[in-house]
Amino acid sequence: MHFARPGSIPLAVAAAVALAACAEKKEEAPAQPAAPAANAEVTVRLGHVAPLTGPQAHIGKDSENAARMAVDELNARKLEIGGAKVKFALLAEDDQADPKQGTTIAQKLVDEKVNGVIGHLNSGTTLPASRIYSDAGIPQISGSTTNPKYTQQGFATTFRLIANDVQQGQALGLFARQTLNARTVAIIDDRTAYGQGLADEFEKAVLAGGGQVVTREFTTDKATDFAAILTKIKSKRPDLVFFGGLDAQGGPMAKQLKSLGLKAVFLSGDGGCTPEMINLAGAAAEGLYCSLPGVPLERMPGGKAFGDKFSAKYGQIQLHAPYVYDAVMVMADAMQRANSVEPAKYLPEIGKTDYQGVTGRIVFDAKGDLKDGAISLYQVREGKWEYLQSVGGETAQQ
Amino acid sequence: MAMDTFLQQIINGLVLGSIYALVALGYTMVYGIMGLINFAHGEVVMIGALVALTVINLLAGSGLPGIVIALIGLIAAAPVCMATGFAIERIAYRPLRRAPRLAPLITAIGVSIVLQNLAMLIWGRRYHSFPPILPSTGYEIFGATISGLQIAIVVIAALMMAGLSLLVQRTRLGRAMRATAENPQIAQLMGVDINRIISLTFVIGSALAAVAGLMVSANYSIAHYYMGFILGLKAFTAAVLGGIGNLAGAMLGGILLGLIEALGAGYIGDLTGGFLGSHYQDVFAFFVLILVLVFRPSGLVGEKVAERA
Repeated sequence: MHFARPGSIPLAVAAAVALAACAEKKEEAPAQPAAPAANAEVTVRLGHVAPLTGPQAHIGKDSENAARMAVDELNARKLEIGGAKVKFALLAEDDQADPKQGTTIAQKLVDEKVNGVIGHLNSGTTLPASRIYSDAGIPQISGSTTNPKYTQQGFATTFRLIANDVQQGQALGLFARQTLNARTVAIIDDRTAYGQGLADEFEKAVLAGGGQVVTREFTTDKATDFAAILTKIKSKRPDLVFFGGLDAQGGPMAKQLKSLGLKAVFLSGDGGCTPEMINLAGAAAEGLYCSLPGVPLERMPGGKAFGDKFSAKYGQIQLHAPYVYDAVMVMADAMQRANSVEPAKYLPEIGKTDYQGVTGRIVFDAKGDLKDGAISLYQVREGKWEYLQSVGGETAQQ
Repeated sequence: MAMDTFLQQIINGLVLGSIYALVALGYTMVYGIMGLINFAHGEVVMIGALVALTVINLLAGSGLPGIVIALIGLIAAAPVCMATGFAIERIAYRPLRRAPRLAPLITAIGVSIVLQNLAMLIWGRRYHSFPPILPSTGYEIFGATISGLQIAIVVIAALMMAGLSLLVQRTRLGRAMRATAENPQIAQLMGVDINRIISLTFVIGSALAAVAGLMVSANYSIAHYYMGFILGLKAFTAAVLGGIGNLAGAMLGGILLGLIEALGAGYIGDLTGGFLGSHYQDVFAFFVLILVLVFRPSGLVGEKVAERA
């Protein structure tokens, strides 16, 4: 048999790298740019960006479906803004959860002069994209970005409808120390802006509460084998293992943790708080803990009705659907109050929002963070996430 | 350094390495015969995993023993993978056999993207979990645990490597394969139907992919339309590490890569006093790959066989 001919291996490696950054896919063609004439129909184009391919595609599609549902409902209301009939159009884009792709898409949406942006889904893509939207003066509301930096960059255009990771990490750290009474913890994160940010805040909160971090381990958001890091963690005998990352890694991780005979409690943030997590962890799911910004769907003021509507159309809610739905509604609400769909005119109105959404009462602070964002904790009992308790969020729990 | 932890890391590395080796065999076989890197091989593994899982999920409640269900899943997945492998060669590679080297590499990447998206359309974006049909009881060896399935993975990878070597070295088909590898034109003049041999190579490689797909999804309880990509990349690395085109090299490269990853992740943090952490696991693996390629450009065992061939 042959052995490698010179040149073929570097070529193949280069091709592999090219594959990793492969082509972008578009879900929907952009709508025609409409000239705003009196009494004519004005098309309000909203960009929605989330990973629609790759390991997080199920969460991204869930988010897109929610935005689409909100847009359909707005169109059914036949709103008039600034004396013209408005039609909302959704430009659903795929950023593959990749920061590079995220900025490419952001530039593309800016070039297409969208009126506003919903998303992105991941902190890692939202952060670099937010500068591009800010420079173009395009308002951005994310229903899922929890990295604290997002609203701390001094941009006027950044808003979020979900408690950030400082709040979530603190709540998780307190829960681990006080409620679960864990003295020694091991921390794993997936090296994404989200996972790392959450793990950092959790670590701070545990240390502040007098706990001890015995080891800090790392994986990626594409890995499936965690045996090596879990074996190392096992040798340190922690009371609790915390994972900052998503269900696709969290589920198999919980399973491998159990099969290695590690007897620690497993805790994760919102990325591991999905039905998929239970599905993937299988028999190891029982007893897992997680936290979710906000309150459970059934405790949201409009939760039940939203859940029924959404499920009838798109199936089970994965994660962020109600927040994304509210994000579209908040944006439309600001446009109505400003009586304009021009970003420069309605942007100041977003900051003044006081809107009763599906997820609760929405009021922003000066930075664009949700005021009094609640954090809730859950545990798997008999194969389902059961609500345990909530921290903060007076406005959300009215 | 606790002994049980060290032993557990060795087991982790062996299991992971055997999985890489199973997939790497498919890369190395096609490369050995055609000098082509079939980037779509990872996707064939993914299709094998998803087909097997679909059948297994249908039968999970039927009361049949777990091993029987898994075998039925494999029997269903193998023909699908073989047909996929055959089609890939026929559609994407054969028309380009006389083209410059870059062209088939690019169609390989194209096929890989097409298969991923096809799988996304058929099986959706969701993760599919493997039902708990196989016994998950672990065996204790000096404080380390290994499951029956993991033992099976290591054994099956070794058996497949041995079986393939026998096929290539001892059978009539294997002789035709070696002849095609050495010089397709002359092999053809000697009466070897090289189109048939190349098709068969792809079909055999794809049958191995079905086995690998089942093993991977059973071990990690997860299958997804995207799973083939990273797995393919790691297996390709393993094949290059061992010496691409060489069957024993694929096995050696796979096990070595698995061990490097497991021991790297397990000890790199403590050995460097926390300066480097387990996020350097992949860096470490690729560093070893670069070292091997610098000092032995044809991989660990590549050269020896090349001289013989």
